Amino acid sequence: MKLEARSVGWATGARRIVQDVSFEVTPGETFGLIGPNGSGKSTLLRLLAGLLARPSGAVLLDGEPLTSLSRRDIAQNIAVVEQIAETSEALSVRDVVELGRTPWLSALRPFGAQDRVIVNDALEAVGMAHMTQHRWATLSGGERQRVQIARALAQRPRLLMLDEPTNHLDIHHQLSLLRLVGNLPVTVIIALHDLNQAMGCDRLAVMDEGRMVACGPPGEVLDAARLASIFRVKATRLRDPADNATIFRFQCPGE
Amino acid sequence: MTDVTAPGASRRARGLWIAQGAALLLLAILAGVIVGETPLPLSTVAASFANHLWNAGLAVDPIDAGIIWSYRLPRTLVAAACGAGLALSGVVLQALVRNALADPYLLGVSAGAGAGAVAVTILGVGGGLLGISGGAFIGAALAFAVVAMLARAAGGGSAQLVLAGIAGSQLFNALTSFLIAKSANAEQARGLMFWLLGNLSGVRWPDVILAAPVTVIGFLICLWFARAMDAFSFGVSSAASLGIAVRQVQIMLIGAVTLMTATMVSLVGSIGFVGLVIPHAMRFVVGPRHARLVPASALAGAVFLILADIASRMLIPGQVVPIGVVTALVGAPGFAMILVRNRRRL
Repeated sequence: MKLEARSVGWATGARRIVQDVSFEVTPGETFGLIGPNGSGKSTLLRLLAGLLARPSGAVLLDGEPLTSLSRRDIAQNIAVVEQIAETSEALSVRDVVELGRTPWLSALRPFGAQDRVIVNDALEAVGMAHMTQHRWATLSGGERQRVQIARALAQRPRLLMLDEPTNHLDIHHQLSLLRLVGNLPVTVIIALHDLNQAMGCDRLAVMDEGRMVACGPPGEVLDAARLASIFRVKATRLRDPADNATIFRFQCPGE
Repeated sequence: MTDVTAPGASRRARGLWIAQGAALLLLAILAGVIVGETPLPLSTVAASFANHLWNAGLAVDPIDAGIIWSYRLPRTLVAAACGAGLALSGVVLQALVRNALADPYLLGVSAGAGAGAVAVTILGVGGGLLGISGGAFIGAALAFAVVAMLARAAGGGSAQLVLAGIAGSQLFNALTSFLIAKSANAEQARGLMFWLLGNLSGVRWPDVILAAPVTVIGFLICLWFARAMDAFSFGVSSAASLGIAVRQVQIMLIGAVTLMTATMVSLVGSIGFVGLVIPHAMRFVVGPRHARLVPASALAGAVFLILADIASRMLIPGQVVPIGVVTALVGAPGFAMILVRNRRRL
């Protein structure tokens, strides 16, 4: 699914959180958002999903402005995994993943056999199929993250937005999640903190103080000067002799 | 769970649940008609029903017939409608504001309805155009608006909402007391205070004709939006990203709650704890999903309030204890138990 942001912005009171961001995401692409804390990545993601009131600029989905689509239409195309998901309800893992079917169901079109298959597939994809009856409250941070991703997959979106999905995961689950996301036949917009992981994206956008300061293939975008000015780190490019992949080693300046 | 059963089996299971629920409700209604200061034998009740429903022409003592048909049956039906309506209001508010303590009583909606009803009764607000129920509806809507605005101004959190609800309740209860103290004569004041504590004594058929449709409509709205209420589990923003038209759903559901609460308060006064305790109790029985929680809570609320009404008639011989007192006597310890059990589960 093609997504286009035209001069998108959002302000709360007099504070501009995101301003004048424009870019295009092509179908099938994995598009990464990086930037320091508070640079506006999360807000930008929520703007792109149409979840914030009174945005400026326009977001177009396959050429249609988001504002002309109903919430249900949007949810049938875009699934969002936010950083924090909390509930006090005693929901089971399966209950949470079944929520993903919400945009496809109504009082007249109840949950059916096909929905059950989709939910089972989603649980299988994130490796949570053996824990379907576990309560949300008893899950670890990483398990919760995987369940939320399964919920998003159960939405069968054409565009998946993830806000720092590897945050609570151990290294194995981080890598397997990124592989899972990369192999999905959908367009992905993903906010990431780990710059080495961001190297796996097709293109990266760099956010700084609410503005997009660079956008392009990871190798071009992540140069030493930019990493020094925006992330305030000294970066050294290293080459893994095993597969010739580029990795960064970071140090605080002055070390 | 549903995932291991075939669709046909789950449909049969649902049918069984509905049949059991209906049977339970009918039994409770029957109990409400039979039990009272003059206990009436089942045969008399059956004969009286047959006479009224099918013109059977059976011999029934006219006094017994009057007690059954004009007094106990409408009273029991209104108790059922009120219990269901209040429990549903609790389910909706707890889902929408994501606070376990949300119910029409604690959020000030009942207090607002009471103030509105009293304003119409004593001051004649609305010049006769506005019935007591209309006054209660406006009062309830006003109270909800005041509480919601106060909560938003205080930062919009879940705790703020409960605190705003307490402030709203106090304000509207004070307004009610002020109106009564200022304008009511002694007899009016006594009657109003008794009514405000919750009282089904004066209930007749016209009240049934108001309460029953309101509850049925409210129930259908809640059932229609059951999936939407599930989607609120992870908050408003998550509901929106799941395709819920948040504002529309909130308006419909809060409208239904206001309508139900206002109607019940105008008929029987403000009855606490039903809206709070019943939904929590039912979550333990049928789980948190609203497709089951909504019907289960409606049924449990109806049965509970019928039983509470029977208790209010029987507790002290020759005297009626306000039903609000009975529900609080049962509800407060029940709620304490739920809190403690809830803690252990987490």
